Amino acid sequence: MTTQRRTRLSRFEDRTLFLLGDEAAAYGALYAGCDFFAGYPITPASEIAEVMSRELPRVDGYYVQMEDELASLSAVIGAVWAGAKAMTATSGPGFSLMQENIGYAIMTETPCVIIDVQRSGPSTGQATKPAQGDVLQARWGTHGDHEIIALAPSSVQECFELTGAAFNLAEKYRTPVIVLMDGEIGHLRESISFPRFDDVAREARRLAEPETDAFGGEPVPPMSRFGDGRFIHVTGSTHKASGMRDVSTRAVHDELVTRLCRKISDARAQITNVEEDIAAGARVGVVAYGATARPARGAVLEARRRGCAVDFLRPLTIWPFPEAAVKRLAERVETILVPEMNLGQLAREVERFTSGPVVPVSKIGGVAHTVDEILEAILASSPELRAPVG
Amino acid sequence: MNDETIIPGPQRQLKPHRLLKFLRQEILPTTFCPGCGCGTVLNSFAQAVEELRIDPKDMVFVTGIGCSSWIPSPYFKGDTLHTTHGRPIAFATGVKIMRPDLKVVVIAGDGDIAGIGGNHLVHAARRNIDMTVLMVNNWNYGMTGGQVSPTTPFGVATTTTPYENVEHPLEAAELVAAAGANYVSRWTTYHVFPLMESIQRALEIDGFSFIEILSQCPVSYGKMVDMRKASDFLKFYRDRSVRIHKAREMSAEQLEGRIVVGKLVERQRTEFAASLRRINERFREDEPVRER
Repeated sequence: MTTQRRTRLSRFEDRTLFLLGDEAAAYGALYAGCDFFAGYPITPASEIAEVMSRELPRVDGYYVQMEDELASLSAVIGAVWAGAKAMTATSGPGFSLMQENIGYAIMTETPCVIIDVQRSGPSTGQATKPAQGDVLQARWGTHGDHEIIALAPSSVQECFELTGAAFNLAEKYRTPVIVLMDGEIGHLRESISFPRFDDVAREARRLAEPETDAFGGEPVPPMSRFGDGRFIHVTGSTHKASGMRDVSTRAVHDELVTRLCRKISDARAQITNVEEDIAAGARVGVVAYGATARPARGAVLEARRRGCAVDFLRPLTIWPFPEAAVKRLAERVETILVPEMNLGQLAREVERFTSGPVVPVSKIGGVAHTVDEILEAILASSPELRAPVG
Repeated sequence: MNDETIIPGPQRQLKPHRLLKFLRQEILPTTFCPGCGCGTVLNSFAQAVEELRIDPKDMVFVTGIGCSSWIPSPYFKGDTLHTTHGRPIAFATGVKIMRPDLKVVVIAGDGDIAGIGGNHLVHAARRNIDMTVLMVNNWNYGMTGGQVSPTTPFGVATTTTPYENVEHPLEAAELVAAAGANYVSRWTTYHVFPLMESIQRALEIDGFSFIEILSQCPVSYGKMVDMRKASDFLKFYRDRSVRIHKAREMSAEQLEGRIVVGKLVERQRTEFAASLRRINERFREDEPVRER
């Protein structure tokens, strides 16, 4: 299977292609070893499904269009327990429908990838327009105590790379991983170069020895697989290390849920990935991610050109939240600006790690920030340079 | 038994049931209520597996939420995937596509399969993906205490239709037959031997096979219709059921209140997972590199 996959994907090696973010994410998944995709059409994520439906049969993988998003993530989880590396892709309305099964994947420790190409909501909202409104849904959308991993690409190249990273994190921590794209990046077409197939890191699934527990005993237990004769029992109910359900013993639930949370929160430093661009003497910092990081970076560079030192922090990992990087930023600057295509979601999280003012630079309505809009906010917050933009 | 002296446990030399080997014996007894039909379904299913000499290692059980989902999970000793409410058929779709060599069996209730998960039932039947679905129909949401379900008969009072049920029940077997499944039948826990044979046939069929099994719930449902004993239901099933070949000659009026049992459909439409594999076969040999 790997040979066929290498043969198919190697044709893109060392070439610069001009792709949509959605298409790049699909190829990132294919390079990472994805061999099962179940999805349901939705703007602006449908191109991911289209690439997967075309390419998966060519690498001996399977694509199935399900009847809805509930079924899509269900089929993905089923396929993973049958041995697949699997993914689904959707946008806000479908992501909402997937929340229950995201919790199921967390509870059953099923590695899988969910791409959410965010669009303007709530509800049907502006179906064809981008937004970053699902940041907190990604964190808290499913019920109960849990941790989640979510990554936010800012370019077409990163759609490829972070989708691949999502597959590896999913395997390493045995958990669902969310790629929080947005419609701006998903439908952005720009240059991308593919790595050599053999240079791509692929985290292999760690399978349990016949007598080893597959649901406990270590922070990230090895997995089992259907058809191996182990008679495994996979349940979203509270269960013991063996996998067998026990919903009445307080300690069993405490131990399980605490372990599921800590396997991610304790690894925060290893999981989180940020881009820091520090300016000496900066009194203002900008935290931006996804599509918004692009005009934000432009604004930071323009402010610096005008003599205003500004720090820039771009979380590639949204969850677990890069607390340490934000704390470092908070120690350096007085004010932190958070431009987002929502009414202030990640800004709330930033506020938790600074005692200084956090200023959301919100923009909704399906149109991305301009450089000038963010620049204006930077200058308004900069004591040394409060000059009008012009 | 009621009038006899109960012999203390250690002195009873009972031979273990020959089908016990199929169960996770360490977690018995089951949590089923007294008189529940789930035991009959479990027994019939285990019997069918025994008759067909299927190795449980080659089976995957996928279940949802509800009493009957417990029939295989956790009791049946096999790989068991106990999923979210209503979704077992969708989970099973992923399992089957990746592992067509495994026998995928879904056992769940009317609320799970025809209610919250009804969409998956229709579309899995339409795709005709190879799996065996046993829908255990007890006419109510039994686990939660007897609420109205999509199969509750018209006019019946339940805990959430305290005056009367004014919804018409879903005929799940007819729905699945119309949707395109390769095998559909309906039996009851009274018809144990035909049920066993039907489960065998369903397991053998390549494609989507579906059996609606009417199964008594004397505790949650029975309390509301004054049928508090399992035998009340079994007599009801016996007296009200009519074989499908006879039913086809009866008028709608004559069939009012009757339970049509038997095989509704058996056919050979193309199976879904195998069709996907045939597409992959086209790409087995490396194609020449083409410039895009």
